[in-house]
Amino acid sequence: MNNNIGSIAIRVDDLSFHYGDKNVLQHVTMEIKKGSFLGLVGPNGSGKSTLIKCILGLQKPQEGHVFLFGEKVNKFNDWDKVGYVSQKANSFNTAFPATAFEVVSMGLFGKVGLFRFLKASDKNKVWEALRSVKMDQYAHQNIGELSGGQQQRIFIARALVSDPELLILDEPTVGVDTESSDSFYKMLKELHRENNMTLVLVTHDVGVMTNYVTDVACLNKQIHFHGNTKEFEESSSENMSAFYGHHVHVLHHDHGHE
Amino acid sequence: MLPFLKYEFLQNAFLTGIMVGLLAPVLGVFIVVRRQALIADALSHITLAGIAANLLLGKWSSFFAAANPIYMGMAFSVGGAIFIEQLRKVYKHYEELAIPIIMSAGIGLSVIFISMADGFNTDLFNYLFGSIIAVKRSDVWTVFAILVVVLLFVFFMYKELFVLSFDEEQGKLSGIRSNWILVAFMAITALVIAASMKIVGILLVSALMTLPVAASIRIAKGFKQAIWLSVLFGEISVIAGMFLSYYLDLASGGTIVLCLVVILFLTILYKKFTGSRKVGHL
Repeated sequence: MNNNIGSIAIRVDDLSFHYGDKNVLQHVTMEIKKGSFLGLVGPNGSGKSTLIKCILGLQKPQEGHVFLFGEKVNKFNDWDKVGYVSQKANSFNTAFPATAFEVVSMGLFGKVGLFRFLKASDKNKVWEALRSVKMDQYAHQNIGELSGGQQQRIFIARALVSDPELLILDEPTVGVDTESSDSFYKMLKELHRENNMTLVLVTHDVGVMTNYVTDVACLNKQIHFHGNTKEFEESSSENMSAFYGHHVHVLHHDHGHE
Repeated sequence: MLPFLKYEFLQNAFLTGIMVGLLAPVLGVFIVVRRQALIADALSHITLAGIAANLLLGKWSSFFAAANPIYMGMAFSVGGAIFIEQLRKVYKHYEELAIPIIMSAGIGLSVIFISMADGFNTDLFNYLFGSIIAVKRSDVWTVFAILVVVLLFVFFMYKELFVLSFDEEQGKLSGIRSNWILVAFMAITALVIAASMKIVGILLVSALMTLPVAASIRIAKGFKQAIWLSVLFGEISVIAGMFLSYYLDLASGGTIVLCLVVILFLTILYKKFTGSRKVGHL
């Protein structure tokens, strides 16, 4: 394990979390390699979001540890290496008076630091991030005036603007129509391929996801499966039925990519 | 110079009004988007308790009789602000409970202090409803000091306040120490409320913090524009309200708030006629 420590983006070590007497996560151990695109799947209430929050240090587990790029999460300081699009991005205050540009620029605030202001080069980065999600023409629209899919792109741009090495997305397509979510997944795949970024995508949308990710992890309080997409597909029917408690077919969608 | 401004007390009122017309809406923008519009009300009532306490102590001690009650009001207000932040942690799932708790405690204390001090006097009446003739030169300087502190704070902490208002989680991920910033923000809000009350009165302070913002967020593009428009609406109302108050001999708090209400209606009408547009779809 130690010989490849430099190639691990996230290490979760025997992590357990409970709210009161309700177990949410039990002895979760996993490693996510740099450059992988992991789909983290599991039914509702399986602890996916809690695991992500523990990974990001937003929740403190009662047992176990999380390491980001080899550093314990509570000592980790390079937060601009990490982009995060939360589930909450679907339910933010849509009447908030902020333009798309202003929202994306928030992603740079940690990098810019206290008592400092955005420079011209920072503003260029914001434009670049907006272009990378094809939203530059909406830069000066209020975020609340955009459609759900467009808002989601803005939040991705906010996560991308600090050039993160790791991008974590928690159910980013909830509330977004199918067409938008397809183009959204394609965009993620491009980002992964072009920037060699590590991506973690939390979803319950098992079928579509497998067309895009390189690895899959199944979580239901514990990790039930963690391997590459091919292994997942080969073993998927028995895995899935054990996992969801009923028989599940993994649907294969073809969206015109090779 | 305007004939209106030849008296020192009117200059005092005018200068204070212009500063308050800037301060209250600037902080109000952050308060409103954090959905805490009622905090201003809670803090203004605890400020009243401070002022009543000073009036009461003034009966017994020449030190307090000579002191400007605004300082005691500020002390109570800042204490109340810090207490609200603590209560919000105790009642994690009922954050808004902190507001009625502080508000009723403020009113309760005020009523007790006022009755112990043998009831209302003109002074107290001025604090409740605002009066442009009651502003002293020392009030102008106090408000000016607060203006400097608030503008520096908002200018240098703009990024942090903006992120924390939009999305506290993102703020924490950017490594922003949210706790002390929010406490400092509440303390500053408390100062501004105490500073504003001579002009608009305790009962109407929250209007000056929230109504300009309510109008601006109807039409603003972006957060910075929301701030500028709020300040513009705040200033128009304060200046117009003070003129009306002087020439028609009305309580300044009332005329200022009514100007704000008129502006609010105009923006709602404007929005109705220009229509709200949803932009394209993906």
